[in-house]
Amino acid sequence: MVTIIVYITLGFMITGILFSVIRFIKGPTVADRTVALDTMMTISIALLVLLAFIFDRFVYLDVALVYGVLGFIGILVIARYMEGAL
Amino acid sequence: MKQVLDIIGLVLLLIGGIFLFLGGLGILRMPDTYNRLQAGTKATTLGGMSLILGIGFLETGWIVKAMVLVIFIAFSNPISSHALARANYKRKHYPCLRGGEEYDQYREVNLEKEKKED
Repeated sequence: MVTIIVYITLGFMITGILFSVIRFIKGPTVADRTVALDTMMTISIALLVLLAFIFDRFVYLDVALVYGVLGFIGILVIARYMEGAL
Repeated sequence: MKQVLDIIGLVLLLIGGIFLFLGGLGILRMPDTYNRLQAGTKATTLGGMSLILGIGFLETGWIVKAMVLVIFIAFSNPISSHALARANYKRKHYPCLRGGEEYDQYREVNLEKEKKED
């Protein structure tokens, strides 16, 4: 029961990442691509936590936390650059 | 007790997966940058928080670090979406509104500020 629901959730999340990648390739402006990147980053954090549960590794939660911090700073820097303030 | 925690965790996990999928779908289907920003950020915030909390219920020893991740997502995701919307507005990509420009109050504030500076 647990395994089936975990794999269904994994399929949903991978489909969401694929849709974001399509928008990242198609997106007409820079802002669309950055929004798609932001969405991909949040889904990837959740995906790392789910992989930590599947493989039973506690360390992946630390990886998810560090990836979240670095991605957050990256998105802020891209936003400031788009504003023209950097 | 373990079975009750498992059922709560699985329900939260499924809700999180569905909302993350809806976030990706909104990114693909919405017509405007601001609509994409709203769909992608709000649905993804709820989905990520629910999924990580569900993992914390399933594996009871991980609940502290899962709570740290949930609080971090709840802080960082609205800040980044706010910065992106502000940057997109400053690049003069205005939102298309049904009532024309009279509902765009942020632009009126900016125009008054420019008049004062002139």
